[in-house]
Amino acid sequence: MEIVALMKQTPDTAQLSQRMDGLKLMAKGGPRIVNPWDEYALEAGIRLVEEHGGVCTILSMGKPETMEALKTGLAMGGKKTKAVFLGDPKFENSDSLCTARILAKAIQKVGDVSIVLAGKSAIDGDTANTAVQVAALLGMPYLGYVVEIKEVNVEEKTITVVRALEKGRETVTTTLPAVLSVLKELGEPRYASFMGIRKAAKAKIPRWGAKTLGLSPNEIGANGSLVAWPDVSLPPVKDANLEIIEGEPDEVAKVLADKLLAEKVI
Amino acid sequence: MKIFSVFDHYEGDVDAISYETVAIARKLADANNGTVVAVIMGHDVSDMAQSAIHHGADSAIVIDDATLKHFRIMAHGEALLKLAQDESPDIILLGANSNGRELAPYVAAKFGVGLASDCVDLEIDNGSLLATRPALAGNVMAKITFKKGTTQMATLRRRVYPALEADTSRSGDISTASAVLSEDDIPTKILGLETAEGEISLNDASIIVSGGRGVAGEEGFAPVKALADVLGGALGASRAAVDANWIPYKYQVGQTGQTVQPDLYIACGISGAIQHLAGMKTSKIIVAINKDPDAPIFQVANYGIVGDLFKYVPALTAEFEKRLK
Repeated sequence: MEIVALMKQTPDTAQLSQRMDGLKLMAKGGPRIVNPWDEYALEAGIRLVEEHGGVCTILSMGKPETMEALKTGLAMGGKKTKAVFLGDPKFENSDSLCTARILAKAIQKVGDVSIVLAGKSAIDGDTANTAVQVAALLGMPYLGYVVEIKEVNVEEKTITVVRALEKGRETVTTTLPAVLSVLKELGEPRYASFMGIRKAAKAKIPRWGAKTLGLSPNEIGANGSLVAWPDVSLPPVKDANLEIIEGEPDEVAKVLADKLLAEKVI
Repeated sequence: MKIFSVFDHYEGDVDAISYETVAIARKLADANNGTVVAVIMGHDVSDMAQSAIHHGADSAIVIDDATLKHFRIMAHGEALLKLAQDESPDIILLGANSNGRELAPYVAAKFGVGLASDCVDLEIDNGSLLATRPALAGNVMAKITFKKGTTQMATLRRRVYPALEADTSRSGDISTASAVLSEDDIPTKILGLETAEGEISLNDASIIVSGGRGVAGEEGFAPVKALADVLGGALGASRAAVDANWIPYKYQVGQTGQTVQPDLYIACGISGAIQHLAGMKTSKIIVAINKDPDAPIFQVANYGIVGDLFKYVPALTAEFEKRLK
Protein backbone atom coordinates (compact mmCIF):
# COMPACT_ATOMS: atom_id res chain seq x y z
CA MET A 1 0.00 0.00 0.00
CA GLU A 2 1.39 3.37 -1.02
CA ILE A 3 1.36 5.88 1.80
CA VAL A 4 2.42 9.52 1.72
CA ALA A 5 3.40 11.45 4.84
CA LEU A 6 3.52 15.21 4.42
CA MET A 7 6.23 16.94 6.38
CA LYS A 8 7.30 20.50 7.00
CA GLN A 9 10.51 21.77 8.50
CA THR A 10 9.84 24.50 11.03
CA PRO A 11 11.77 26.72 13.40
CA ASP A 12 12.28 25.17 16.81
CA THR A 13 10.19 27.13 19.28
CA ALA A 14 12.36 25.75 22.10
CA GLN A 15 14.97 28.26 20.89
CA LEU A 16 12.75 31.17 21.89
CA SER A 17 14.23 33.30 24.64
CA GLN A 18 14.65 36.92 25.67
CA ARG A 19 17.32 37.28 23.01
CA MET A 20 15.65 35.14 20.35
CA ASP A 21 12.21 36.60 19.73
CA GLY A 22 9.67 35.29 17.26
CA LEU A 23 10.82 37.48 14.40
CA LYS A 24 14.48 36.55 14.80
CA LEU A 25 13.54 32.89 15.03
CA MET A 26 11.49 33.10 11.83
CA ALA A 27 14.30 34.88 10.03
CA LYS A 28 17.14 32.55 10.92
CA GLY A 29 16.72 30.92 14.28
CA GLY A 30 18.90 28.05 15.25
CA PRO A 31 18.68 24.48 14.07
CA ARG A 32 15.34 23.75 12.48
CA ILE A 33 13.19 20.77 13.35
CA VAL A 34 10.60 18.49 11.83
CA ASN A 35 7.23 20.04 12.64
CA PRO A 36 6.28 18.08 15.80
CA TRP A 37 2.78 17.26 14.54
CA ASP A 38 4.24 15.77 11.35
CA GLU A 39 6.26 13.27 13.38
CA TYR A 40 2.97 11.71 14.46
CA ALA A 41 1.88 11.54 10.82
CA LEU A 42 5.12 9.85 9.80
CA GLU A 43 4.90 7.40 12.71
CA ALA A 44 1.37 6.51 11.60
CA GLY A 45 2.64 6.02 8.05
CA ILE A 46 5.45 3.71 9.15
CA ARG A 47 3.03 1.66 11.25
CA LEU A 48 0.64 1.30 8.31
CA VAL A 49 3.51 0.04 6.14
CA GLU A 50 4.52 -2.42 8.88
CA GLU A 51 1.00 -3.77 8.92
CA HIS A 52 0.03 -3.67 5.27
CA GLY A 53 3.31 -3.55 3.34
CA GLY A 54 4.23 -1.01 0.71
CA VAL A 55 6.20 2.14 1.35
CA CYS A 56 5.65 5.51 2.97
CA THR A 57 6.91 8.38 0.84
CA ILE A 58 7.78 11.49 2.79
CA LEU A 59 7.10 14.69 0.87
CA SER A 60 8.45 17.99 2.10
CA MET A 61 8.39 21.35 0.41
CA GLY A 62 10.79 24.06 1.47
CA LYS A 63 14.22 25.54 1.16
CA PRO A 64 17.29 23.33 0.62
CA GLU A 65 17.80 22.84 4.37
CA THR A 66 14.53 20.87 4.29
CA MET A 67 16.73 17.94 3.20
CA GLU A 68 17.71 17.64 6.87
CA ALA A 69 14.09 17.10 7.87
CA LEU A 70 13.68 14.46 5.17
CA LYS A 71 16.80 12.68 6.43
CA THR A 72 15.40 12.72 9.95
CA GLY A 73 12.28 11.07 8.54
CA LEU A 74 14.26 8.44 6.65
CA ALA A 75 16.29 7.72 9.77
CA MET A 76 13.03 6.99 11.60
CA GLY A 77 11.47 4.89 8.87
CA GLY A 78 14.44 3.13 7.29
CA LYS A 79 13.50 0.86 4.38
CA LYS A 80 9.83 1.50 4.98
CA THR A 81 10.28 5.07 3.82
CA LYS A 82 11.33 7.03 0.77
CA ALA A 83 11.72 10.78 0.57
CA VAL A 84 11.20 13.42 -2.08
CA PHE A 85 12.24 17.03 -1.68
CA LEU A 86 9.86 19.52 -3.29
CA GLY A 87 12.22 22.40 -3.85
CA ASP A 88 12.17 25.24 -6.33
CA PRO A 89 12.72 28.98 -5.88
CA LYS A 90 9.41 29.37 -7.71
CA PHE A 91 7.66 27.71 -4.75
CA GLU A 92 8.71 30.43 -2.34
CA ASN A 93 6.00 32.59 -0.75
CA SER A 94 3.30 30.10 -1.67
CA ASP A 95 0.16 30.49 0.42
CA SER A 96 -1.57 27.39 1.77
CA LEU A 97 -3.55 26.80 -1.42
CA CYS A 98 -0.45 27.03 -3.66
CA THR A 99 1.37 24.72 -1.27
CA ALA A 100 -1.53 22.29 -1.44
CA ARG A 101 -1.41 22.48 -5.24
CA ILE A 102 2.28 21.56 -5.24
CA LEU A 103 1.76 18.72 -2.74
CA ALA A 104 -1.27 17.42 -4.66
CA LYS A 105 0.77 17.23 -7.89
CA ALA A 106 3.56 15.44 -6.06
CA ILE A 107 1.10 12.92 -4.57
CA GLN A 108 -0.22 12.23 -8.06
CA LYS A 109 3.33 11.75 -9.28
CA VAL A 110 4.08 9.25 -6.49
CA GLY A 111 1.11 7.40 -7.94
CA ASP A 112 -1.50 4.96 -6.64
CA VAL A 113 -1.42 6.45 -3.14
CA SER A 114 -3.98 4.99 -0.72
CA ILE A 115 -3.50 7.19 2.33
CA VAL A 116 -2.02 10.65 2.71
CA LEU A 117 -1.08 11.54 6.27
CA ALA A 118 -0.49 15.00 7.68
CA GLY A 119 -0.02 16.55 11.08
CA LYS A 120 -2.72 18.73 12.60
CA SER A 121 -0.92 21.92 11.66
CA ALA A 122 2.56 23.35 11.31
CA ILE A 123 3.78 25.13 14.42
CA ASP A 124 5.11 28.11 12.46
CA GLY A 125 2.31 29.15 10.10
CA ASP A 126 -0.36 27.27 12.06
CA THR A 127 -2.99 27.67 9.36
CA ALA A 128 -4.02 23.98 9.43
CA ASN A 129 -5.25 24.59 5.88
CA THR A 130 -2.87 22.65 3.69
CA ALA A 131 -3.89 19.03 4.29
CA VAL A 132 -7.59 19.85 3.86
CA GLN A 133 -6.81 21.69 0.64
CA VAL A 134 -4.74 18.78 -0.67
CA ALA A 135 -7.79 16.57 -0.15
CA ALA A 136 -10.09 19.11 -1.79
CA LEU A 137 -7.83 19.47 -4.83
CA LEU A 138 -7.43 15.70 -5.22
CA GLY A 139 -11.13 15.05 -4.60
CA MET A 140 -10.24 12.66 -1.79
CA PRO A 141 -12.23 12.28 1.43
CA TYR A 142 -10.61 14.04 4.39
CA LEU A 143 -10.62 12.83 7.97
CA GLY A 144 -9.19 15.33 10.43
CA TYR A 145 -8.10 15.03 14.09
CA VAL A 146 -7.64 11.26 13.83
CA VAL A 147 -6.71 9.65 17.16
CA GLU A 148 -7.07 6.00 16.19
CA ILE A 149 -7.00 4.01 12.97
CA LYS A 150 -9.39 1.14 13.68
CA GLU A 151 -9.25 -0.66 10.37
CA VAL A 152 -7.80 -0.37 6.90
CA ASN A 153 -9.53 -2.74 4.50
CA VAL A 154 -7.21 -3.00 1.52
CA GLU A 155 -9.57 -5.20 -0.48
CA GLU A 156 -12.63 -3.05 -0.01
CA LYS A 157 -10.60 0.15 -0.07
CA THR A 158 -12.07 1.57 3.10
CA ILE A 159 -10.69 3.01 6.31
CA THR A 160 -12.35 3.37 9.70
CA VAL A 161 -10.97 5.80 12.25
CA VAL A 162 -11.84 7.59 15.47
CA ARG A 163 -11.78 11.38 15.27
CA ALA A 164 -11.51 13.72 18.23
CA LEU A 165 -14.27 16.32 18.23
CA GLU A 166 -14.34 19.30 20.54
CA LYS A 167 -17.19 17.77 22.49
CA GLY A 168 -16.65 14.07 21.99
CA ARG A 169 -15.41 11.41 19.61
CA GLU A 170 -16.68 10.09 16.33
CA THR A 171 -16.11 6.74 14.68
CA VAL A 172 -16.20 7.25 10.97
CA THR A 173 -15.53 5.26 7.84
CA THR A 174 -14.65 6.41 4.37
CA THR A 175 -13.29 5.22 1.05
CA LEU A 176 -9.66 5.09 0.00
CA PRO A 177 -7.73 6.94 -1.19
CA ALA A 178 -8.15 9.47 1.62
CA VAL A 179 -6.26 12.23 3.40
CA LEU A 180 -5.92 12.04 7.21
CA SER A 181 -4.63 14.55 9.68
CA VAL A 182 -3.55 12.93 12.90
CA LEU A 183 -3.13 13.84 16.55
CA LYS A 184 -0.55 12.76 19.08
CA GLU A 185 -2.77 10.06 20.57
CA LEU A 186 -2.16 7.91 17.50
CA GLY A 187 1.28 7.01 18.81
CA GLU A 188 4.59 8.47 19.89
CA PRO A 189 7.10 8.80 17.09
CA ARG A 190 9.91 6.26 17.27
CA TYR A 191 13.52 7.25 17.69
CA ALA A 192 15.86 6.89 14.76
CA SER A 193 18.28 3.99 15.10
CA PHE A 194 22.00 4.54 14.78
CA MET A 195 22.02 2.54 11.54
CA GLY A 196 19.01 4.47 10.33
CA ILE A 197 20.79 7.76 10.85
CA ARG A 198 23.91 6.52 9.04
CA LYS A 199 21.92 5.25 6.08
CA ALA A 200 19.77 8.37 5.89
CA ALA A 201 22.85 10.56 5.89
CA LYS A 202 24.00 8.90 2.68
CA ALA A 203 20.57 8.70 1.04
CA LYS A 204 20.16 10.37 -2.32
CA ILE A 205 16.92 12.30 -2.11
CA PRO A 206 15.33 13.32 -5.41
CA ARG A 207 14.17 16.90 -5.90
CA TRP A 208 10.99 17.70 -7.77
CA GLY A 209 10.53 21.29 -8.95
CA ALA A 210 7.78 23.16 -10.75
CA LYS A 211 8.79 21.80 -14.13
CA THR A 212 8.91 18.18 -12.96
CA LEU A 213 5.45 18.57 -11.48
CA GLY A 214 4.01 20.38 -14.50
CA LEU A 215 3.12 23.52 -12.57
CA SER A 216 3.11 26.88 -14.29
CA PRO A 217 4.58 29.88 -12.49
CA ASN A 218 1.23 31.65 -12.22
CA GLU A 219 -0.32 28.92 -10.06
CA ILE A 220 2.43 28.77 -7.44
CA GLY A 221 4.56 31.07 -5.31
CA ALA A 222 3.72 34.72 -4.78
CA ASN A 223 2.15 34.90 -8.26
CA GLY A 224 -0.36 32.18 -7.60
CA SER A 225 -1.10 33.09 -3.99
CA LEU A 226 -4.39 34.70 -3.02
CA VAL A 227 -3.19 35.91 0.35
CA ALA A 228 0.06 37.53 1.42
CA TRP A 229 1.59 38.48 4.75
CA PRO A 230 3.52 41.69 4.10
CA ASP A 231 3.53 42.77 7.72
CA VAL A 232 4.76 40.40 10.41
CA SER A 233 5.56 41.89 13.80
CA LEU A 234 6.04 40.94 17.41
CA PRO A 235 2.82 40.62 19.39
CA PRO A 236 2.06 43.35 21.90
CA VAL A 237 3.87 42.72 25.15
CA LYS A 238 1.48 41.48 27.78
CA ASP A 239 1.43 43.58 30.89
CA ALA A 240 2.22 40.75 33.27
CA ASN A 241 3.39 42.50 36.39
CA LEU A 242 3.84 39.49 38.55
CA GLU A 243 2.48 39.90 42.03
CA ILE A 244 3.62 37.23 44.44
CA ILE A 245 1.13 36.54 47.21
CA GLU A 246 2.76 35.27 50.38
CA GLY A 247 1.38 33.79 53.55
CA GLU A 248 -0.41 30.78 54.95
CA PRO A 249 -2.68 28.95 52.49
CA ASP A 250 -5.98 30.27 53.87
CA GLU A 251 -4.69 33.87 53.96
CA VAL A 252 -3.31 33.60 50.42
CA ALA A 253 -6.60 32.13 49.25
CA LYS A 254 -8.53 35.09 50.68
CA VAL A 255 -6.24 37.65 49.04
CA LEU A 256 -6.23 35.88 45.69
CA ALA A 257 -10.01 35.43 45.72
CA ASP A 258 -10.42 39.19 46.33
CA LYS A 259 -8.10 39.99 43.45
CA LEU A 260 -9.64 37.57 40.97
CA LEU A 261 -13.15 38.74 41.81
CA ALA A 262 -11.97 42.35 41.35
CA GLU A 263 -10.47 41.40 37.96
CA LYS A 264 -13.94 40.08 37.04
CA VAL A 265 -12.53 36.84 35.68
CA ILE A 266 -14.66 34.72 38.00
CA MET B 1 -20.75 44.45 0.71
CA LYS B 2 -22.27 41.08 1.46
CA ILE B 3 -20.81 39.07 4.33
CA PHE B 4 -21.63 35.43 4.99
CA SER B 5 -21.36 34.33 8.60
CA VAL B 6 -21.47 30.55 8.80
CA PHE B 7 -23.01 28.95 11.89
CA ASP B 8 -21.82 25.77 13.55
CA HIS B 9 -23.59 23.60 16.05
CA TYR B 10 -23.24 20.31 17.86
CA GLU B 11 -26.23 18.09 18.57
CA GLY B 12 -28.64 20.99 18.26
CA ASP B 13 -26.66 23.55 20.26
CA VAL B 14 -25.18 26.55 18.48
CA ASP B 15 -21.45 26.81 19.10
CA ALA B 16 -20.77 30.11 20.90
CA ILE B 17 -18.11 30.98 18.31
CA SER B 18 -20.94 31.41 15.77
CA TYR B 19 -22.33 34.34 17.75
CA GLU B 20 -18.88 35.86 18.07
CA THR B 21 -18.39 35.50 14.33
CA VAL B 22 -21.71 37.08 13.44
CA ALA B 23 -20.88 39.95 15.81
CA ILE B 24 -17.62 40.76 14.04
CA ALA B 25 -19.39 40.39 10.70
CA ARG B 26 -21.91 42.98 11.99
CA LYS B 27 -19.07 45.35 12.89
CA LEU B 28 -17.51 45.05 9.41
CA ALA B 29 -20.89 45.46 7.72
CA ASP B 30 -21.84 48.53 9.75
CA ALA B 31 -18.61 50.27 8.85
CA ASN B 32 -18.96 49.49 5.14
CA ASN B 33 -22.64 49.69 4.26
CA GLY B 34 -22.81 45.95 4.21
CA THR B 35 -25.26 43.22 5.03
CA VAL B 36 -24.69 40.10 7.10
CA VAL B 37 -26.21 36.84 5.93
CA ALA B 38 -26.11 33.97 8.41
CA VAL B 39 -25.66 30.58 6.78
CA ILE B 40 -27.01 27.64 8.73
CA MET B 41 -26.45 24.09 7.55
CA GLY B 42 -27.86 21.12 9.44
CA HIS B 43 -31.01 19.13 10.03
CA ASP B 44 -33.96 20.53 12.00
CA VAL B 45 -32.06 23.75 12.55
CA SER B 46 -34.55 26.36 11.35
CA ASP B 47 -34.88 27.90 14.84
CA MET B 48 -31.20 28.84 14.65
CA ALA B 49 -31.97 31.30 11.85
CA GLN B 50 -34.04 33.52 14.12
CA SER B 51 -31.37 33.37 16.77
CA ALA B 52 -28.69 34.35 14.22
CA ILE B 53 -30.73 37.42 13.30
CA HIS B 54 -31.24 38.31 16.96
CA HIS B 55 -27.46 38.14 17.37
CA GLY B 56 -26.65 40.50 14.51
CA ALA B 57 -27.41 38.98 11.08
CA ASP B 58 -29.67 40.87 8.64
CA SER B 59 -30.99 37.71 7.09
CA ALA B 60 -30.39 33.98 7.12
CA ILE B 61 -30.15 31.17 4.62
CA VAL B 62 -30.95 27.73 5.95
CA ILE B 63 -29.85 24.53 4.25
CA ASP B 64 -31.82 21.88 6.09
CA ASP B 65 -31.10 18.35 5.00
CA ALA B 66 -30.72 14.96 6.65
CA THR B 67 -27.24 14.61 5.09
CA LEU B 68 -26.12 17.64 7.09
CA LYS B 69 -27.22 16.41 10.51
CA HIS B 70 -23.62 15.87 11.64
CA PHE B 71 -20.68 17.80 10.31
CA ARG B 72 -19.04 16.08 7.36
CA ILE B 73 -16.55 18.17 5.49
CA MET B 74 -17.57 17.11 1.99
CA ALA B 75 -21.32 17.39 2.53
CA HIS B 76 -21.13 20.76 4.25
CA GLY B 77 -18.32 21.98 2.02
CA GLU B 78 -20.14 21.31 -1.24
CA ALA B 79 -23.32 22.93 0.09
CA LEU B 80 -21.48 26.06 1.19
CA LEU B 81 -19.46 26.14 -2.03
CA LYS B 82 -22.60 26.09 -4.17
CA LEU B 83 -24.22 28.79 -2.08
CA ALA B 84 -21.09 30.95 -2.35
CA GLN B 85 -20.96 30.46 -6.12
CA ASP B 86 -24.63 31.41 -6.44
CA GLU B 87 -24.57 34.38 -4.09
CA SER B 88 -21.02 35.73 -4.60
CA PRO B 89 -20.53 37.15 -1.12
CA ASP B 90 -17.60 39.54 -0.72
CA ILE B 91 -16.55 37.89 2.50
CA ILE B 92 -17.21 34.53 4.15
CA LEU B 93 -16.51 34.27 7.87
CA LEU B 94 -16.51 31.13 9.98
CA GLY B 95 -15.58 30.39 13.56
CA ALA B 96 -12.14 28.85 13.94
CA ASN B 97 -13.39 25.82 15.83
CA SER B 98 -12.44 22.35 14.63
CA ASN B 99 -15.26 22.21 12.07
CA GLY B 100 -14.66 25.73 10.79
CA ARG B 101 -10.97 25.09 10.37
CA GLU B 102 -11.83 22.17 8.06
CA LEU B 103 -14.76 23.68 6.24
CA ALA B 104 -13.08 26.99 5.40
CA PRO B 105 -9.96 25.63 3.65
CA TYR B 106 -12.08 23.07 1.79
CA VAL B 107 -14.36 25.74 0.36
CA ALA B 108 -11.47 28.15 -0.26
CA ALA B 109 -9.61 25.48 -2.27
CA LYS B 110 -12.65 24.47 -4.33
CA PHE B 111 -13.77 28.06 -4.85
CA GLY B 112 -10.22 29.23 -5.55
CA VAL B 113 -10.28 32.07 -3.03
CA GLY B 114 -7.97 33.35 -0.30
CA LEU B 115 -8.31 32.38 3.34
CA ALA B 116 -6.87 33.68 6.60
CA SER B 117 -7.21 31.16 9.42
CA ASP B 118 -7.64 31.60 13.14
CA CYS B 119 -7.73 35.39 13.07
CA VAL B 120 -7.77 37.56 16.17
CA ASP B 121 -8.88 40.70 14.36
CA LEU B 122 -10.60 41.56 11.10
CA GLU B 123 -11.00 44.94 9.44
CA ILE B 124 -11.83 46.34 6.04
CA ASP B 125 -9.04 48.30 4.43
CA ASN B 126 -9.70 49.88 1.04
CA GLY B 127 -12.66 47.64 0.44
CA SER B 128 -10.63 44.52 1.12
CA LEU B 129 -10.42 42.27 4.15
CA LEU B 130 -7.36 42.77 6.35
CA ALA B 131 -6.86 40.00 8.88
CA THR B 132 -4.58 39.79 11.89
CA ARG B 133 -3.50 36.37 13.07
CA PRO B 134 -0.88 34.94 15.36
CA ALA B 135 1.74 32.55 14.02
CA LEU B 136 4.66 30.67 15.53
CA ALA B 137 2.70 29.81 18.64
CA GLY B 138 1.69 33.39 19.24
CA ASN B 139 5.23 34.71 19.08
CA VAL B 140 4.56 36.79 15.98
CA MET B 141 1.51 38.58 14.61
CA ALA B 142 0.91 38.63 10.87
CA LYS B 143 -1.32 40.93 8.88
CA ILE B 144 -2.90 38.98 6.03
CA THR B 145 -3.86 40.80 2.84
CA PHE B 146 -6.05 39.38 0.09
CA LYS B 147 -5.81 39.54 -3.67
CA LYS B 148 -8.68 41.74 -4.81
CA GLY B 149 -11.52 40.70 -7.03
CA THR B 150 -12.50 37.43 -5.40
CA THR B 151 -14.40 36.40 -2.33
CA GLN B 152 -12.27 36.63 0.80
CA MET B 153 -12.52 34.11 3.61
CA ALA B 154 -11.44 34.09 7.24
CA THR B 155 -11.97 32.07 10.39
CA LEU B 156 -12.20 33.85 13.73
CA ARG B 157 -10.43 32.52 16.82
CA ARG B 158 -12.58 31.80 19.83
CA ARG B 159 -13.03 34.33 22.56
CA VAL B 160 -11.33 37.28 20.87
CA TYR B 161 -14.47 39.17 19.85
CA PRO B 162 -17.55 39.40 22.07
CA ALA B 163 -20.95 38.21 20.91
CA LEU B 164 -23.83 40.69 20.86
CA GLU B 165 -26.66 40.34 23.35
CA ALA B 166 -29.67 38.77 21.66
CA ASP B 167 -32.02 41.52 20.50
CA THR B 168 -35.41 39.88 19.93
CA SER B 169 -36.75 43.00 18.22
CA ARG B 170 -34.45 42.38 15.26
CA SER B 171 -36.07 40.67 12.30
CA GLY B 172 -34.99 39.65 8.83
CA ASP B 173 -35.62 37.39 5.87
CA ILE B 174 -35.11 33.70 6.30
CA SER B 175 -34.71 31.78 3.07
CA THR B 176 -33.70 28.26 2.22
CA ALA B 177 -31.24 26.60 -0.12
CA SER B 178 -30.59 22.99 -1.01
CA ALA B 179 -27.89 20.54 -0.12
CA VAL B 180 -25.74 19.49 -3.06
CA LEU B 181 -24.72 15.91 -2.34
CA SER B 182 -27.15 13.09 -1.74
CA GLU B 183 -26.28 10.47 0.86
CA ASP B 184 -25.05 8.14 -1.90
CA ASP B 185 -22.57 10.78 -3.07
CA ILE B 186 -20.96 11.15 0.35
CA PRO B 187 -18.19 8.59 0.88
CA THR B 188 -17.88 9.30 4.60
CA LYS B 189 -20.28 7.64 7.04
CA ILE B 190 -20.46 8.29 10.74
CA LEU B 191 -20.68 4.98 12.59
CA GLY B 192 -20.82 6.29 16.12
CA LEU B 193 -20.77 9.48 18.10
CA GLU B 194 -19.77 9.63 21.72
CA THR B 195 -20.32 12.90 23.51
CA ALA B 196 -18.01 13.64 26.41
CA GLU B 197 -20.65 14.19 29.07
CA GLY B 198 -20.28 16.53 31.97
CA GLU B 199 -17.05 18.10 30.85
CA ILE B 200 -16.40 21.62 29.75
CA SER B 201 -14.34 21.64 26.61
CA LEU B 202 -11.04 23.47 26.97
CA ASN B 203 -11.96 25.57 23.97
CA ASP B 204 -15.14 26.90 25.48
CA ALA B 205 -13.82 27.41 28.97
CA SER B 206 -13.50 30.89 30.41
CA ILE B 207 -11.61 29.37 33.35
CA ILE B 208 -9.02 26.60 33.11
CA VAL B 209 -7.20 24.99 36.04
CA SER B 210 -4.22 22.94 34.88
CA GLY B 211 -1.87 20.51 36.56
CA GLY B 212 1.69 19.63 35.63
CA ARG B 213 4.59 17.55 36.83
CA GLY B 214 4.08 18.95 40.33
CA VAL B 215 0.81 17.07 40.83
CA ALA B 216 3.05 13.99 41.00
CA GLY B 217 0.53 11.37 39.89
CA GLU B 218 -2.97 10.55 38.78
CA GLU B 219 -4.40 11.16 42.26
CA GLY B 220 -2.69 14.53 42.34
CA PHE B 221 -5.21 15.81 39.82
CA ALA B 222 -8.06 15.42 42.35
CA PRO B 223 -7.46 18.78 44.11
CA VAL B 224 -6.82 20.47 40.74
CA LYS B 225 -10.12 19.16 39.42
CA ALA B 226 -11.90 20.16 42.63
CA LEU B 227 -10.76 23.74 42.11
CA ALA B 228 -11.82 23.66 38.45
CA ASP B 229 -15.23 22.32 39.47
CA VAL B 230 -15.89 24.95 42.12
CA LEU B 231 -14.97 27.67 39.62
CA GLY B 232 -17.11 26.11 36.89
CA GLY B 233 -13.97 25.78 34.79
CA ALA B 234 -12.26 23.12 32.75
CA LEU B 235 -9.39 20.88 33.70
CA GLY B 236 -6.13 21.13 31.78
CA ALA B 237 -2.67 19.61 31.92
CA SER B 238 0.89 20.06 30.79
CA ARG B 239 2.59 17.68 28.41
CA ALA B 240 4.68 16.26 31.25
CA ALA B 241 1.54 15.12 33.07
CA VAL B 242 0.02 13.68 29.90
CA ASP B 243 3.21 11.86 28.91
CA ALA B 244 3.36 10.33 32.39
CA ASN B 245 -0.14 8.93 31.75
CA TRP B 246 -1.64 10.73 34.71
CA ILE B 247 -4.34 12.30 32.55
CA PRO B 248 -5.61 11.77 28.98
CA TYR B 249 -4.15 13.69 26.05
CA LYS B 250 -7.32 15.66 25.38
CA TYR B 251 -6.49 17.80 28.42
CA GLN B 252 -3.06 18.81 27.12
CA VAL B 253 -2.47 22.53 26.72
CA GLY B 254 0.50 23.65 24.65
CA GLN B 255 2.29 23.29 21.38
CA THR B 256 1.24 19.71 20.65
CA GLY B 257 -2.00 20.03 22.58
CA GLN B 258 -4.58 22.78 22.55
CA THR B 259 -4.13 26.51 22.37
CA VAL B 260 -6.43 28.17 24.86
CA GLN B 261 -7.28 31.72 25.77
CA PRO B 262 -9.45 31.74 28.88
CA ASP B 263 -10.15 34.72 31.13
CA LEU B 264 -8.42 32.90 33.97
CA TYR B 265 -5.72 30.23 33.76
CA ILE B 266 -4.50 28.67 37.00
CA ALA B 267 -1.30 26.65 36.54
CA CYS B 268 -0.69 24.21 39.39
CA GLY B 269 2.74 22.61 39.55
CA ILE B 270 3.55 23.56 35.97
CA SER B 271 7.08 24.80 35.40
CA GLY B 272 6.20 26.57 32.17
CA ALA B 273 8.20 25.06 29.33
CA ILE B 274 8.09 27.27 26.25
CA GLN B 275 5.84 24.69 24.56
CA HIS B 276 3.31 24.98 27.37
CA LEU B 277 3.45 28.77 27.43
CA ALA B 278 2.76 28.74 23.68
CA GLY B 279 -0.64 27.26 24.38
CA MET B 280 -1.82 29.53 27.18
CA LYS B 281 0.18 32.71 27.54
CA THR B 282 -2.49 34.90 25.94
CA SER B 283 -4.92 34.04 28.75
CA LYS B 284 -6.28 37.21 30.31
CA ILE B 285 -5.20 36.50 33.89
CA ILE B 286 -2.68 33.81 34.78
CA VAL B 287 -2.16 32.46 38.28
CA ALA B 288 0.87 30.25 38.87
CA ILE B 289 1.33 27.98 41.87
CA ASN B 290 4.75 26.37 41.99
CA LYS B 291 7.33 25.39 44.59
CA ASP B 292 10.19 26.71 42.48
CA PRO B 293 10.37 30.53 42.55
CA ASP B 294 12.49 30.44 39.38
CA ALA B 295 9.98 28.43 37.32
CA PRO B 296 9.45 30.15 33.95
CA ILE B 297 5.68 30.05 34.43
CA PHE B 298 6.06 33.04 36.77
CA GLN B 299 7.36 35.13 33.85
CA VAL B 300 3.92 35.10 32.23
CA ALA B 301 1.85 35.06 35.42
CA ASN B 302 -0.11 37.96 36.91
CA TYR B 303 -0.32 36.36 40.35
CA GLY B 304 2.10 33.90 41.81
CA ILE B 305 2.10 31.61 44.82
CA VAL B 306 5.44 30.04 45.67
CA GLY B 307 4.60 26.93 47.61
CA ASP B 308 3.13 23.45 47.73
CA LEU B 309 0.11 23.13 45.48
CA PHE B 310 -1.34 20.44 47.74
CA LYS B 311 -1.67 23.06 50.48
CA TYR B 312 -2.66 26.09 48.43
CA VAL B 313 -5.03 24.56 45.87
CA PRO B 314 -7.42 23.05 48.47
CA ALA B 315 -7.34 26.36 50.37
CA LEU B 316 -8.38 28.17 47.19
CA THR B 317 -11.14 25.62 46.58
CA ALA B 318 -12.47 26.12 50.11
CA GLU B 319 -12.32 29.90 49.79
CA PHE B 320 -14.15 29.99 46.45
CA GLU B 321 -16.73 27.55 47.75
CA LYS B 322 -17.57 30.16 50.37
CA ARG B 323 -17.47 33.15 48.04
CA LEU B 324 -19.38 31.67 45.12
CA LYS B 325 -22.21 30.16 47.12
